[in-house]
Amino acid sequence: MSVVTKPVTMPAPSKEAGTEDNYLTHSSGFLSWALTLDHKRIGVMYLACIMSAFALGGCLAMMIRLHLWNPNLDPSQAWLTNKQYNQVFTLHGAVMVFLFIIPSIPAALGNFLLPIMLGSKDVAFPRLNLGSFYLWVCGACFFLFSIFATGLDTGWTFYTPYSIESQGPIVAATMGVFVLGFSSIFTGLNFIVTINTMRPPGMTWFRMPLFLWAVYSTSIIQVLATPVLGITMLLLAAERVLGIGIFDAKLNGDPVAFQHFFWFYSHPAVYIMILPAMGIISELMSVHSHKGIFGYRMIAYSSVAIALFGFLVWGHHMFTAGMADVTAIVFSALTFTVSIPSAIKVFNWVGTMYKGTVSLNTPMLYALAFIFLFTIGGLTGLFLGALSMDMHLHDTYFVVAHFHYVMMGGTLVAFLGGLFHWWPKMTGKMFNDFWGIVSAAIVFVGFNLTFLPQFVLGTRGMPRRYASYQLEFQDLHRLSTIGALMLGMGLLVAGLTLLHSLFYGKKAPRNPWGGATLEWECSSPPPHDNFSSAPAVGDPYEFGNIEYDSKTGGYIKKK
Amino acid sequence: MIPALFADINKTFWFPEQASTFAKQIDFMYDAILWISIIFFVPIVIAMIYFMVKFRERPGYRGSTEALHNTTLEITWSVVPTFIVVWIFWEGTVGYLKMQTLPPDTEDIKVTAKKWNWNFKYKNGAENPELHLPVGRDVKIIMRSDDVLHSFFIPAFRVKRDVVPGRYTYMWFQPTVEGTFDLFCSEYCGDNHSLMNAKVFVHDDEGYAKFLTEAIKEPDDIVERGKWLYERKACKGCHYAGTEGAQGPGPSYNGSWGKPVPLAAGGERLFDENYVSDSILNPILQARKGYETAAAMPSYKGQLKEEQIDAIAAYIKSLESATPPKK
Repeated sequence: MSVVTKPVTMPAPSKEAGTEDNYLTHSSGFLSWALTLDHKRIGVMYLACIMSAFALGGCLAMMIRLHLWNPNLDPSQAWLTNKQYNQVFTLHGAVMVFLFIIPSIPAALGNFLLPIMLGSKDVAFPRLNLGSFYLWVCGACFFLFSIFATGLDTGWTFYTPYSIESQGPIVAATMGVFVLGFSSIFTGLNFIVTINTMRPPGMTWFRMPLFLWAVYSTSIIQVLATPVLGITMLLLAAERVLGIGIFDAKLNGDPVAFQHFFWFYSHPAVYIMILPAMGIISELMSVHSHKGIFGYRMIAYSSVAIALFGFLVWGHHMFTAGMADVTAIVFSALTFTVSIPSAIKVFNWVGTMYKGTVSLNTPMLYALAFIFLFTIGGLTGLFLGALSMDMHLHDTYFVVAHFHYVMMGGTLVAFLGGLFHWWPKMTGKMFNDFWGIVSAAIVFVGFNLTFLPQFVLGTRGMPRRYASYQLEFQDLHRLSTIGALMLGMGLLVAGLTLLHSLFYGKKAPRNPWGGATLEWECSSPPPHDNFSSAPAVGDPYEFGNIEYDSKTGGYIKKK
Repeated sequence: MIPALFADINKTFWFPEQASTFAKQIDFMYDAILWISIIFFVPIVIAMIYFMVKFRERPGYRGSTEALHNTTLEITWSVVPTFIVVWIFWEGTVGYLKMQTLPPDTEDIKVTAKKWNWNFKYKNGAENPELHLPVGRDVKIIMRSDDVLHSFFIPAFRVKRDVVPGRYTYMWFQPTVEGTFDLFCSEYCGDNHSLMNAKVFVHDDEGYAKFLTEAIKEPDDIVERGKWLYERKACKGCHYAGTEGAQGPGPSYNGSWGKPVPLAAGGERLFDENYVSDSILNPILQARKGYETAAAMPSYKGQLKEEQIDAIAAYIKSLESATPPKK
């Protein structure tokens, strides 16, 4: 790729250059953003859009929790009608999954960081990258319009035959998902090619930052699994429009076949969501402990192992769906294999802190919160993987709590940690660490208060996707709602802390945390071309020569 | 609030009463996995907090920067969990196979799930919207769905199985305790999914036999028979009756008899016996205005006899004369 080898002439990086050229000030005007090929600007645009989707999904979550404050046994007295409630939880799930979590880390942080961590100027296909962004926007518009226009009420899983006979705008929504899928595939393709071909001389596979290992594994899943989702969505649309009789029992189709198709993508998609989060945690634990990562190779291998095993376990979403016994048993066995690489990672992260110098700042606290929450999420997966146990817990609040611990306690918390960690790099501004820590604390407590009671609701038999419930469940539901309000507050504090920094934040030094990966070697925010000359590649977790420099308030690498 | 969290005296913190032969094994499984999880989780958190405090950044302290690596430790923490999850898998599978292997000589009950009602049919032909079971007998449940996916879930029995259109699914269990329990639909099935509940009554043999002989009788009174059919033929899931002004997924039975009602296709029709009959046999043509986006009602052609339709019409009519006209 020519982009790497072409040295770009840049003013020699001056020490404290307020006037320094950076990607934000490089050019201005609407079109300079809308038509940019710069991976950093594309990353920032993704970030803005994804955060809007998150805010929307979050408000919907609040509506769900507020509605469930009361048992609503008399639907005419309830805040939302049953139909409205169903639309709200469908919208919450669909927006969070398709518009927020799947693209969050790879598309926003990944786009921004991947080329810089590789010491290169851009991704391999910058135009394709911009194309992915517009596909996302297009898919999102399609999707949101179709949902808001008449009310989609199938749940984000679109299970047949309900999705065949529901009056909602299923075809439009499936097309939205289809387009979003292409955005995801192109991003994955771009990252794979970039990592394969554009690593700088000296950066062997095992000198790559672990975040890139995680993004690489994620990209493989995106490229291999997402087409199946596209096919499934097309088949569903064809079933509705043409009545081809593949999923509809009335036409001799098999509704369970849809579940196989759907989860063949959507289970690997769970790893699309969590693997990049694990990558972020590997970076955060090591940088903020100022110490090399414990068991680098095991973490790298376990990312790939999770990506591969992730393809073989989709059937555990269907243990009660009427599969053959042998199928269920095989899927249960395979499901347990995924738990091992995840456990290894947790041990390695904790081990990284041992004998290090642990800075208890905002990103680190989010990372520690991640380990706590993700461990609970992972361990509760053991209950669900055991076949006989799952007969009781399947489709109850236990499952709801379990996947929120993994998706929200895992991916979202890691995403926030990563956002705080790389915020100074992205914006050139330092945030207020005190308020960042406050937000992490509120999010942590609020999160547990929201979802711990849901485990108990689940074991006691409260089914999910219920607009009303029996009186005996009320106390636990109320605890959960209080927790959700608190969680919302915490997220608000986090958002305000970041926004505040944009206007009042101190200028960020080049390397505020003492990281050893390449992104900390260019200025904050990075110049348009990232590096004036290809940076020297060292061990990404060698912290011995990184010293605090009180003059700049950041760290510098001693030569 | 706190005492309520611990629920009734005969329930544990986690589970409802153990009311089937499966419950014990599943609750044991839960406790075992819970303790395994605690044994993993607590040391991880303690180590995390200890390292956080002990190795925190502070003036005058500088930790090592060297990456650690300890092969023995890494192999141990990969291999030990592997053995543990193999055990969990094994126990879960054994329990599952027990649940899947039908015993000989069962009391068979046919279940039809239809948005948003359960219908149970017993060996003597009796039909009922609530599930009645004999205690201490192996019961086989034969399930089918008339429309979309549903799932048959009795928490006290710890059993669940999806009801899939286009095929029969089976499950069995043996109730061990007499009493009343909840049955939920646990697979999302549309508007009134959360109201698709039923009660499960477990009787002794005598009580069960008595139930069977009573349940087979259709009421003689035509209005009573209409109500009886309304509860058993899945009308109740969509059309509310007797609750003035309540909005269900379909039009309420109250407030329309003898009046012209607007149709979705345009125009009006008098709500009388003819309209009721046509709506039951050919629902799409009679769709009411304001319900265009509601889930379409299936036709009952061939499922209800003429006299049964008459009974339903009589029941709807009776609702009107019973409730005094509102202002």
